[in-house]
Amino acid sequence: MLGLEKSDFRLLLLVIVLTLFAPFLLNPFPVDSTMAQFNAGYPDLMQRFVIFGIFAIGFNILFGLTGYLSFGHAAFLGAGSYAAIWMMKLLTMNVIPAIVLSIVVAGLFSLAVGFVSLRRSGIYFSILTLAFAQMSYSLAYSVLTPITGGETGLQPKIDDPRILDSVLAVGQQARANLFGLDMSTSHDLIVGGWAFTFNAGYYVAALLMVISFYISIRIFRSPFGLMLRAIKSNQNRLGYTGVSARPYTLAAFVISGMYAGLAGGLMVAMDTQAGAERMFWTASGEVVLMTILGGAGTLIGPVLGAGMIKYMENIVSKINSTVLEGWFAWMPEIIQDVVVAVVYPFVGKGWHLTLGLVFMLVVIFLPGGLMEGFRRISDRFFGGSRKTDNSTGGTTAPTAAE
Amino acid sequence: MEAIVLQVLNGLDKGSAYALIALGLTLIFGTLGVVNFAHGALFMIGAFCAVTLSRLLTLSHIVIDETQKDFLGNARKVEVPYIYDIFGEAAGNVIIDWAVPISIIVAIPVMMAIGVAIERGLIKHFYKRPHADQILVTFGLAIVLQEIIKYFYGANPIPTPAPDAFRGSFDFGAALGFDPNVIIYPYWRLVYFGFAAIIISAVFAFLQFTTFGMVVRAGMADRETVGLLGINIDRRFTIMFGLAAAVAGLAGVMYTPINSPNYHMGMDFLVLSFVVVVVGGMGSLVGAVLAGFLLGILESIASMGAVLAVLPGINQIILYLVAIIILLTRPRGLMGRAGVMED
Repeated sequence: MLGLEKSDFRLLLLVIVLTLFAPFLLNPFPVDSTMAQFNAGYPDLMQRFVIFGIFAIGFNILFGLTGYLSFGHAAFLGAGSYAAIWMMKLLTMNVIPAIVLSIVVAGLFSLAVGFVSLRRSGIYFSILTLAFAQMSYSLAYSVLTPITGGETGLQPKIDDPRILDSVLAVGQQARANLFGLDMSTSHDLIVGGWAFTFNAGYYVAALLMVISFYISIRIFRSPFGLMLRAIKSNQNRLGYTGVSARPYTLAAFVISGMYAGLAGGLMVAMDTQAGAERMFWTASGEVVLMTILGGAGTLIGPVLGAGMIKYMENIVSKINSTVLEGWFAWMPEIIQDVVVAVVYPFVGKGWHLTLGLVFMLVVIFLPGGLMEGFRRISDRFFGGSRKTDNSTGGTTAPTAAE
Repeated sequence: MEAIVLQVLNGLDKGSAYALIALGLTLIFGTLGVVNFAHGALFMIGAFCAVTLSRLLTLSHIVIDETQKDFLGNARKVEVPYIYDIFGEAAGNVIIDWAVPISIIVAIPVMMAIGVAIERGLIKHFYKRPHADQILVTFGLAIVLQEIIKYFYGANPIPTPAPDAFRGSFDFGAALGFDPNVIIYPYWRLVYFGFAAIIISAVFAFLQFTTFGMVVRAGMADRETVGLLGINIDRRFTIMFGLAAAVAGLAGVMYTPINSPNYHMGMDFLVLSFVVVVVGGMGSLVGAVLAGFLLGILESIASMGAVLAVLPGINQIILYLVAIIILLTRPRGLMGRAGVMED
């Protein structure tokens, strides 16, 4: 269906169902319970899940399929953000032109960067993309201040032209909308002790993520995707057969750049501001972490990785020593103190430490990421020969053997 | 003219740091073939060795001093560093003052141990894995090391001053025959440059003139053959990793008076050091050192007012620009060898 094989279609359906019911699934604890702080079903975080999911899906098309490790993808996300915010300042607060332009601008930008960077491969490619991204970041902070707003970034102002919008009433703020539907509109549904929030912005972003996911499945299963995988497994041999790898890698680079631009545009659509810090190389590193954690080269892995990192960033970072003491209150005092002291460095402000450790463990023991972990577990329980729906295999293959 | 001389001098200390880190990166890459993203973290740990030592030296206990009275006539409580009890007050003060240089002695074994531990415990298992995996696991290690330091020392920069003797500035202009007070250069930066020169020469001399160094160079050229000759090349390469870690650590120790160390200083330097290594040519030790100084000086010349007036913002991007141009025109960098990291 939809041009997909049965198993891929099931996966797509699963993703649709999960994103549709995310407000329920992410809020499993009643509001008043002590576990309520683990609820991730508030609009801001749900939006981040899907936006970074899109970013990671796009990055995976480049890294997962071709093996080219870009350390500069945040530049495209930043460029998309700036394009979107300018659209909102000049044209209309409707998110559609903003998102469309952010994809186009990021695509063109990645075409230019990719054209140059892809002349080299391996570590040189990583350094080149890193250099371009850092250059964009520095320029956005300094010389390009008239376009980027420098350190303060950009926000829609009252006196922006916005030629398509009607003049704002006095005291009214410019809000991102979709044909009048405010992106921040939320509907709260209260069932017993549970509260579920349905947010317009989230569903717009989720729809785009489902579409992005569908496109990425099609790319994975297409002859083009096969070509990209051939590049990953042995570029030399591909050259001997008379195929030039450059147009394929460039296409993959631009596609992933456009995904990043879409993510950047959506960020602006959800929260109307843009700043240069989105282009900093740590942001590029973050999407690498997401993709590897989830499983590079698998369809659903990067989305899981993005969700996991954003969950840690927003939920684990909130655990402080009082919360820990609450959890371990049933223990004898001395043991409780020891346990709290041991656990404390890994949560709260130290969540990066947990992230770093988990990431290292994944790279060392599970090169295929969480998806490989799931597959190993399911192999153990459901017999060895069962093939998972979404593993493409070859995720652990060396990038380029002589 | 004066301005250019001043900027060249200013570039030397940053260039020294780049050169030292890039040298270590290249040593690791040339011997073990591993791209070490945790190298910046080693630089940072070196800097925190200095912080730790200066804290340990000023560790105090409270003594009731009968000679000093507060306004109520009670004896005042004074904090006395333990170091006074051992060496007496005068010598103790000198030792505290010289905490940063003394840290060198402490940092060498500590950094060697950390380096060897990292190589034996982690990187050893990654020789057969793709370069991307090596980059990723060392990137993860860098995050972990950084967070551990942040947990113990907090997120704020910790000022660690140079000894009093080096605190002033040296009027370089007068010495070179320019007008006085035009080219003024802090003594400590001069010390840093000299120190970097000594370390770099020492590493090269070690590789060039000792039997150990000769074996290592042979191993870099052809690891398998050296192994077949019955030499335990793995152990020597492990020691080279420790040495590279020590070089990065020493660069960090001596850098503390120039920039107060914080937990992410390593990452800031790492990105630029990779640019330096790539410009110098992956696997070329001389290239790494040359490119380090070259880029350091270029960076500070680019931040001159006259240059900025023509090309605004060039100081922010000059290094990346140079890297891009070099990579596209001379794919192996300035002095890279053929066949290194060419997939």
